[in-house]
Amino acid sequence: MIEANLPLLVPLAFLIPALLIPLIGVRAPGAAYPLALAAVLASIPIAGFGLFRVIESGPVTYTLGGWEAPIGIELVLDPLASFLTLVVTVVSCLVLIHARHVASVEHPDKRVPYYSLVLLLLAGFCGILSTGDLFNLYVFLEISSLAGYGLVAIGDKRSPVSAYRYLILGSVGTGFYLLGIGFIYVMSGSLNMADLARILPHILDQPAVLAGLILMVTGIGLKMALFPLHFWLPDAYSSASSATSALLAPLGTKVGAYILIRVLFFVFDPAAVEQRAPIASAIAWLSAGGVLYGSLMALAQQELKRMLAYSSIAQIGYIGLGLGMANPLGFTGAVLHILNHALMKAALFLVAGNLRVQLGHSNIAAMDHRLSRQMPWSMAAFTVGALSMIGLPPTAGFFSKWYLVLGGIQGSYWVFVAVILMGGLLNAVYFFRVVERVYLPFRRGLPDNGAANGGAEVVESREARFSMLAPTLILAGALLALGLASSFLVNRVIHLMVPAGL
Amino acid sequence: MNDLSTFPSAVPLLAILVSAASVPLIGMSARRPNLREFWTLLAAGAKFALVLSLLPSALADQVAETRLFQISPGVDLTLRADPFGVFFALIASGLWILTSFYSIGYVRGLKEKHQTRYFASFALCLSATLGVAFAANLLTFVIFFEVLTIATYPLVIHKQSPEAIAAGRKYLAFTLTAGVVLVAAMAATLQLTGTLEFQAGGLSAFQDLSPVEVKVLFGMFLAGVGVKAAIMPLHAWLPAAMAAPTPVSALLHAVAVVKSGVFGVVRVAGFLFGPETLGRFGLGEVMLWLGGATILLASCLAFAEDNLKRRLAYSTVGHLSYVVLGAGLLSPSGLIGGLLHIANHATMKIVLFFCAGAIYVHAHKEKINELDGIGRAMPWTMGAFALASLGLAGVPPVNGFVSKWYLGQGAMEAGSLAVVAILLISGLLNAGYFAPIVYRAFFKRSDNFNSIGEASAWMVVPLILAAALSALLGLMPDLFFHFFTLAQRISAQVLEVSIP
Amino acid sequence: MEIEFIAGHNLYWIISLLLLVGLYGMLAKRNLVKKLVGMNIFQTSIILFYVAIASKRNATVPVIDAALGSVDPAHYINPLPHTLMLTAIVVSVATTGVGFALLISIFRRYRTLDEDALLKRMR
Repeated sequence: MIEANLPLLVPLAFLIPALLIPLIGVRAPGAAYPLALAAVLASIPIAGFGLFRVIESGPVTYTLGGWEAPIGIELVLDPLASFLTLVVTVVSCLVLIHARHVASVEHPDKRVPYYSLVLLLLAGFCGILSTGDLFNLYVFLEISSLAGYGLVAIGDKRSPVSAYRYLILGSVGTGFYLLGIGFIYVMSGSLNMADLARILPHILDQPAVLAGLILMVTGIGLKMALFPLHFWLPDAYSSASSATSALLAPLGTKVGAYILIRVLFFVFDPAAVEQRAPIASAIAWLSAGGVLYGSLMALAQQELKRMLAYSSIAQIGYIGLGLGMANPLGFTGAVLHILNHALMKAALFLVAGNLRVQLGHSNIAAMDHRLSRQMPWSMAAFTVGALSMIGLPPTAGFFSKWYLVLGGIQGSYWVFVAVILMGGLLNAVYFFRVVERVYLPFRRGLPDNGAANGGAEVVESREARFSMLAPTLILAGALLALGLASSFLVNRVIHLMVPAGL
Repeated sequence: MNDLSTFPSAVPLLAILVSAASVPLIGMSARRPNLREFWTLLAAGAKFALVLSLLPSALADQVAETRLFQISPGVDLTLRADPFGVFFALIASGLWILTSFYSIGYVRGLKEKHQTRYFASFALCLSATLGVAFAANLLTFVIFFEVLTIATYPLVIHKQSPEAIAAGRKYLAFTLTAGVVLVAAMAATLQLTGTLEFQAGGLSAFQDLSPVEVKVLFGMFLAGVGVKAAIMPLHAWLPAAMAAPTPVSALLHAVAVVKSGVFGVVRVAGFLFGPETLGRFGLGEVMLWLGGATILLASCLAFAEDNLKRRLAYSTVGHLSYVVLGAGLLSPSGLIGGLLHIANHATMKIVLFFCAGAIYVHAHKEKINELDGIGRAMPWTMGAFALASLGLAGVPPVNGFVSKWYLGQGAMEAGSLAVVAILLISGLLNAGYFAPIVYRAFFKRSDNFNSIGEASAWMVVPLILAAALSALLGLMPDLFFHFFTLAQRISAQVLEVSIP
Repeated sequence: MEIEFIAGHNLYWIISLLLLVGLYGMLAKRNLVKKLVGMNIFQTSIILFYVAIASKRNATVPVIDAALGSVDPAHYINPLPHTLMLTAIVVSVATTGVGFALLISIFRRYRTLDEDALLKRMR
């Protein structure tokens, strides 16, 4: 009973409380958080069981309303979808535990809408992951997007402007995606992904099909902030509240990347498409540009969250590079990087949230070495996250880059290999800039008084409270553990996701 | 001679973990320095004992192996205590004990800040060094190599002065770039040959590659490990890193880190490419040229340094390339000489750095021209200094002579008179830049040191022990640790000749 | 390009024109309300596109009713694009609603809806 309904359960687990919270929240605002947390906590075992079930005995499909595909709408949990569902639920659970205090400090009067929108966002994400229908995906995409616009608007003074920009560009993205589906529907008469995968090889020579694909990829590119369609991202992430950016940054763009994988690799056959239009190569080259652009822009930022936002553009580039290579190793690297980057970015944004709550700002220029004594654990988590972002072994970040490099060499993409490695070095520069500032007493022009009284100086602890620290440290620890377990993951889980066409 | 048999054993892993396990203990005892130092000493002793327990089996061609789990398709995280690994691990862990005692004297003598961080990073560095030594394949090697890079950083910037921070940046810029090149080379190797396993005598798969592929790969590997080996022109971080406290310079910048670099050079040359491939593509010659040029240039640059530690650093740059040279000769005696120089240079240079540190702690002098007459105030320290500098110049009773002798013999075997000339000239240059220091210390006079006596026992005893070890190893190269037998075996395995 | 091709696809040209007008409004107009109007035009053009691809000459609503004529499927309009567009219209309305809510919030904080003036006041 449960098994057959698995694809529906996780989105429902978010959707129902998302609608309940505003109803209950009018009378009892205090109930919003427990309800949201309960929903997320309930979704983790379901998602975990789903992944287990899919690995053990293959994909699970659910037909909505009993209408069989391709006429009805299908929800499908395959290895890729169930794996990412688990990632989304786990990361969002940790972020939500962290968010309680952040929300009560940064926007105490908007807690009810915040939790409701978070659950709506997650319902959208999980719906996107589990649907087997292109138009249904559009609907879930809009659900998550609308929730996202609302969430971004709950932030600092500039946040409505950022949210408005995000809304305009996001609508262009979803519009293009919708138009692309239209093209493909006209030519094929189907919206079901599995059905399309059967039909499309026969009609791939039609220019309208390729035009539809290009429109869809453009639209998805906007949603996942693929360079050069990234311009909404830095504002949206940096002016949203810390509780929101910690949720959107690790998950939002990753779900976009998932749609790209789904369309490019499962609905279409990448090799056949590549013969007619170099879409994968174009994605790879743009992503390479994104890696360099994002890293260079991150170097120039003075605000931690903004720096992390630009770093996200670079990391999306890594995922795009792996997908664009269109070989199994590159694909593995991309999927692994989706996981790793979700965890790293979540950890780093949680640290940024800790800083904002404890210090009231996250300006890099205003940080100094006392911070490493005031908030030792947060800073340690930041350092681990930074090492992973740079891609130093044995952290998780090394291994996804390792697969990406292997994929690049397998396909003789020497430029991409160089870009991946260069990107790591640029990461090192902008993260060490922060780490150095936080740990070392060094100011230009000022005498070295930190070292002179460093030992005697008593610094009051301003460490974040346990409910904020624990998720941060769990994520940082996961980065170390996942590095060593990456091969296990690749063999047991990601191996199953690699599309047959590669 | 490739008849090494392996047997499963947890000892290599334990030897690595024992110092990593001491890191949290050191961190928790931050408020009780004596307990904290006890953990360091305990870890150092345990580590050395574990490594020593691997020696008999390595001598009997029995190799202890810890196969952990897969970390990449087809590549396991594997530790293997082969003779070469044990050879390097013995040096690093043995000298860690001496350095630990010395460190206690040094940091307490200077009332250094952040002592907990210092000892914790030190322990982590040693874990990484042993990981480098015992790595059975390239991926394991690179993982520990990079951990070593990061674990050393807090030690380089320990003083937190602008100078130290600049040195730390330089250090990271060099080593992280090298790490990236190494990763690229490793990925290419995996794609081209299908394996990353180290094998004495090299992988035969390399012989099927095109000359361009082999040359480019070798160049990338040499650049990747060459930064830590301070092969010119990749050496610039090492003199800068002398901003670190002296025990760090002593153990890491004369033994663990830089020797990991030359260890990597020998691993790559002897266990990945193999002498046959190197010979066929003329790559041994490349190593000879690079090594030779580095030796001569570094020795000349050492003259120009008035700062004692920086002069020692340039001397280290030169001596590291003796090992590169020995590996490049591709002849049995040459390789033995190169390997022995890993051990011999370690014992001698650690003495010199210990002396520089003792001088700094007790006399607060860093410059050579301020050392007039210090030999009278600190006779034991400067006596050990004189002995070690004789050894580095290659004067017989000290162990530096032994390695140089074998290197010379190897050069003759390879028919390379130029290398013999380089060895002779560099010996003279070594004598040239060390002699003034000894001369000033003992034969000049000044009023600088009237009120100063010998350094504390924490510092003098380790440095005298190291000096004594240098002298004993010069007289009996096989004493205690069978360095000579190990070197002979490694050389025989790599070059696939029978032991004479 | 042949005249017939252009002439034969009149509707698509109009839709493309609307799409471009909408895009232009969203990206180039400096007034935030006009951007929202552009967004609506953009979305309407996509809705029209779907409706257009479903239309058929001499066909009727897809309701099986003897009074309307035959039961041959070829005589019915494909209902799916229309139903899809019902959803799309809902989405469009919702997006417009969120957009206006944001505009109100922006106006309350900055007292302007002109992008240039806004950028100045945000500094």
